[in-house]
Amino acid sequence: MTQRSISGVPRAVIALLGLGLAIQVALKTAAPQPHASAEDLPPAPGIAVLRLASFGEPVALAKALMLYLQAYDYQSGSRVPYRDLDYDRLEAWLGRILELDPQGQYPLLAASRLYAEVPVEAKQRSMLEFIHREFLLDPNRRWPWLAHATVIAKHRLHDLPLALRFARSIQLHATAADVPPWARQMELFILEDMNELEIARLIVGGYLQSGAGTDPAELKFLDQRLRELEGRAKAPNK
Amino acid sequence: MPIVAALARTTLLEAVRNRLLWLTVILVGAAFGFTQFLNQVAIAETREIQAALLAAPLRVAAVFILAVFVITSVVRESSDKVTELLLSLPAPRSHYFFGKLAGFAFVAAILALLCALPLAPFAKPSGLALWTASLLCELLIVTAMSLFCVLSLAQVVPAFAAVAGFYLLSRSMTAMQVIAGASLHDPTLTDRIVAAIVGLIALLLPSLDRMTQTSWLLGGAFSGVLVSVFGQTAIYLVLIGSAALFDLYRKNF
Repeated sequence: MTQRSISGVPRAVIALLGLGLAIQVALKTAAPQPHASAEDLPPAPGIAVLRLASFGEPVALAKALMLYLQAYDYQSGSRVPYRDLDYDRLEAWLGRILELDPQGQYPLLAASRLYAEVPVEAKQRSMLEFIHREFLLDPNRRWPWLAHATVIAKHRLHDLPLALRFARSIQLHATAADVPPWARQMELFILEDMNELEIARLIVGGYLQSGAGTDPAELKFLDQRLRELEGRAKAPNK
Repeated sequence: MPIVAALARTTLLEAVRNRLLWLTVILVGAAFGFTQFLNQVAIAETREIQAALLAAPLRVAAVFILAVFVITSVVRESSDKVTELLLSLPAPRSHYFFGKLAGFAFVAAILALLCALPLAPFAKPSGLALWTASLLCELLIVTAMSLFCVLSLAQVVPAFAAVAGFYLLSRSMTAMQVIAGASLHDPTLTDRIVAAIVGLIALLLPSLDRMTQTSWLLGGAFSGVLVSVFGQTAIYLVLIGSAALFDLYRKNF
C-alpha cells in the first residue's frame, strides 16, 4: 500500500509539525543539563523495598543502581568529585547494592578506587572501614579491595596500625588458593615499616613452618626474607 | 464541526460500553483497600506511605488502561472498516483525528479524576489539584502518542510496544542523561556518539519524569510547576498531533 504524496498534506499541518518540533527542541535545549549533585543523593531504601522493585532481577537492579549512584556529584574537571557526598548515605547505598548482588565487585571497586580517594581524611577512613566490613562477609572474593584499602591507609593516611589491621585481616581470612602470596604477606611488610622486626620474623617463620605455602618461589622468597629479618634483628640499632 | 463532536461522543460511549470506567473504579477501589491494609502495617508516616503507594501505581495504571483503550479501539474500528466509512464523509481527515482525540481526551479526564478521588483523604488539596491536572496532561500526551502510533502502525502489538517504549524512555531519560554524562574515563568516539544519540532522543521526548510527582501530594514545593507542565503538554500535543495528521493525510485506505 503506497502512501500519498506529501503535497496531499495541508500546508497548515506541515507548518504545525515544523513549529511543534522547533519549539520542543528549543524548550529542551534551553532547559538546564540534568546532573545529580551531592545533596540530591537520597537515603538508601530498605533491602526489602529494593528487592520488590527489582521484580525478581536483583542483579540487574544492582548494576543499574551502581551506574546511577556513581553519577552523583561527579563533575569532570572543575572540582574534586564526590567530596560533598554524604558518606553515611553513600555507604548505605553501596551496602544495599552488595546485598542485591553479593558477587558483584563494582561497589567495592568504586568504594576503594573512587570514594576512598577523596582528599577528606574522615571520609577516607569511613570508606576504608566500610570496605573492611564488607570484606569480612566474603574475604576470598573481596580481598583485592581491602588490599587497596591497606595501601591507602599506609601511603595516603600514613596510619600504619590501620594498614596493619587490614593486612592482618587479609592474612587471616583470605585463605583461598587463588589469593596471591603478596596479598597475604602485606602484614609482614607493614610490620617491617613499623620496625616490629621480631613480630615480622615470627610471622614469617610460623608461616613457613605451618606448610600453608606450597609455591617454591614463594617459599624461597619468604626464606630469604626471614634471613634478612633475622640479620636486621641481630644488628645493633642505629 | 458536528462530526468532531459526534466522533467524540461515540468514543466516550465506546469507553462506557467497554466497561472501561467500571474497570477503573474497581482498580481504584482495590488500590484504596490496599492502602487501608498499609494503614494497619505502617508505624510512622502512615499518611505519606498511603499517598505515595496509592498515587504511583494509579498513575501507571491510568496510562496503561488509556493506551490500551486508544490502540484497541482504533484497530477494531479499522478492522470493521468503520474508519474508511468515516473518512468517506464530506469532512477533512483532520476532523476524524480531532474527533477521536477529543473523545479520548474526555476519557483521560474521567480517568484522572477517578484516580485522584481515593487520594483526597491523604493529600493536601492544592497538591492534589496540581497532581490531578498534571496526570491529565500526562494522559493527554499518552493519548496523542497512542493515536499517532496506532494510525501509523495499524497493529496492536507494535503500537503498544512503541507507546510503552516512549513512556518508559520519557520517564527515565533524565536518569539516562545523568549516567551518560558521568563517564569515569576519557570519552572515546563511541562514547561521544552514544551520548549524542541519547541527547538527541532526549530533545524529542517530553519531560514526563517532572510531571505528576507524588511529592506534591505530600506538601513538596511546586511553585511554577503548573506553567511548565501545561507548556510542555501544549507543545507536545501540537508536535504529536501534527505528526499524526501528517501520517493520516498521506495514508491510503
